[in-house]
Amino acid sequence: MAHTGEGSEHTVSNRTMELVVAGGFIAASILVMYDNWRIGARWVEDGPQAGYFPFYIGLIMFIASATTFGLGVMAGPDHTNFVERAQLKQVLQVLLPTVAFVVLIGLLGIYVSTTIFILFFMTWLGKYPIYKAAPIAVLVPLFLFVMFEIWFLVPLPKGPLETALGY
Amino acid sequence: MEALTSLIHGFGVLGDPMNIVYMFVGIFLGVLIGVLPGLGGANGVAILLPLTFSMSPVSAIIMLSSIYWGALFGGAITSVLFNIPGEPWSVATTFDGYPMAQQGRAGEALTAAFTGSFFGAFVATLLLTFLAPVIARFALNFGPAEFFAVYLLTFCSFVGMGKESPFKVISAMMLGFALAAVGLDTVTGQLRMTFGSAELLRGFDFLVAVIGLFGVGEILLTMEEGLAFKGRSAKINLRVVLHTWKELPRLWLTALRGSIVGCWMGITPGGATPASFMSYGLAKRFSRNGARFGKGEIEGVLAPETAAHAAGTSALLPMLTLGIPGSPTAAVLLGGLLIWGLQPGPLLFVEQKDFVWGLIASIYLGNIAGLIVVLTTVPLFASILRIPFSIIAPIILVVCAVGAYTVHNALLDISVMLIFGVLGYLFKKLGYPLAPLVLALVLGDMAESSFRQAMLLSRGSLSIFWANPLVAILVTLALAMLFWPLISFVTERFGRKRPQMVPGQ
Repeated sequence: MAHTGEGSEHTVSNRTMELVVAGGFIAASILVMYDNWRIGARWVEDGPQAGYFPFYIGLIMFIASATTFGLGVMAGPDHTNFVERAQLKQVLQVLLPTVAFVVLIGLLGIYVSTTIFILFFMTWLGKYPIYKAAPIAVLVPLFLFVMFEIWFLVPLPKGPLETALGY
Repeated sequence: MEALTSLIHGFGVLGDPMNIVYMFVGIFLGVLIGVLPGLGGANGVAILLPLTFSMSPVSAIIMLSSIYWGALFGGAITSVLFNIPGEPWSVATTFDGYPMAQQGRAGEALTAAFTGSFFGAFVATLLLTFLAPVIARFALNFGPAEFFAVYLLTFCSFVGMGKESPFKVISAMMLGFALAAVGLDTVTGQLRMTFGSAELLRGFDFLVAVIGLFGVGEILLTMEEGLAFKGRSAKINLRVVLHTWKELPRLWLTALRGSIVGCWMGITPGGATPASFMSYGLAKRFSRNGARFGKGEIEGVLAPETAAHAAGTSALLPMLTLGIPGSPTAAVLLGGLLIWGLQPGPLLFVEQKDFVWGLIASIYLGNIAGLIVVLTTVPLFASILRIPFSIIAPIILVVCAVGAYTVHNALLDISVMLIFGVLGYLFKKLGYPLAPLVLALVLGDMAESSFRQAMLLSRGSLSIFWANPLVAILVTLALAMLFWPLISFVTERFGRKRPQMVPGQ
């Protein structure tokens, strides 16, 4: 995908991303129109059917995003950069651990996952020694536990460790 | 005056000392939220909303609205000291606030910002006190067609007043409506767009969307910029404050202009951010020191802050009287009202007097409390900002995940939040506005039901939207807003050729 003259920093052009996102909108609008037409989007004896309002929402979304798409196509070649490689790397450095964190919550509960997440984040991205990261990684979930489970009586997702401790 | 007696009654509701405690807790949390990147008024309130389910609605709204006031105040701290706007509406504050801090006048800039905020909020609250009951009484006669017309006007205003591409505004807005429609249709009992999934039955909760779009999305954007906080130290003491207060009355016209711009933009869904820029621009044009703006002029701090805070406060006016929030944060507060079983709209002023006037009274006190809190705690919050991002970011992400989970105690919501986070990042970068998406998600069901009821009344004929003068004016205004980009495009084209044809006001 790299255009010449942009160096190694180039990822994708703004125009490409415009088209991808507008395309996503078009796909979503077709899905909306399809499903609402299926359940009925017409006017019947007792008034509008369930899909009546959302169908037109889908239609308007289709027209608007198709226009954005069309404008993007007509704009011609574009050498701007959506995001620099280094920036993308930084974004992914946050995004991927967060995805892992969300998956972990389902397996280990939120408290243990939080400890692992903060430890990882601070030692790997922040380059902190483990003895500096550990207290924060333990205190934050502890604080959450006290605040939610004891103070406000709102249960948060728990895993094997909490079960072993009797919660 | 009826409003005055109601207001005094409202202060009586505040007599409960616990409510005052909640107010200070809210302000403090709000300033913290306003200072931290990735947490703002909208998602901060959204995250804390589940904690208030067990409180009485009055205490809950006092705490949550105080968070909002705190966030409005807090945004100025980072703008002035760190040149990083903590909130979008404090971008304009950096223009003159940071230069002032560089010259060692951070205390003055902060005092001006806080006092301006306070003044703007005070004007907007006065407006709220006296105008809200009138509008509510007027709106009592609204039928479904009128309500739909007001919704239409709200959404079309985004198209007409937004600086983004109108097609992108419409796309984002329609996405919000479509997501709002997912799940059980309450009228016919049919399932819409669930595609056989039991998890989708519940639909998409806008609180989860707000936390993802504004919280996670903001963190990703911040990360891209590779933030390094290099701030100025703040010395704010009584002498500086008093000295600045002696200066400020000179600038009353700027403050008043900012408040009026803010009130107007807050009631119409322009919001605090454009209001702050507009007020800055007006102050620059009319000030005798206009040329020195951008180099550390105290007026340049006062103007945007007054407008932002006035807009943030007056956004509650349409939320309370019509059930139509003027900003994403007001939308989240409206979501809170619905959860506590209160139906926002004109009837609220009749049926829930305690609640409404308790809230309005709390805005007066909340802003006084806010002014005191921020003036005394600036050094504390400035030191929080010096904590490196690699410690703050994971904690904020954890808080976002907790907030998304507690809305429905659903694990899936955390993943949904993450997806909205990525969407938020992409939309921000490509100029798709988030506010109409959120507002459509909140108001989708209500807009749809008023549309359906109106259509039932007229047996499917659109003529009901021109059936009486009021609804006709609203709908015509809405259409004018919708086609405003087109109109201005055409007049610009032809105006250049034949300038005598321009007037179209």
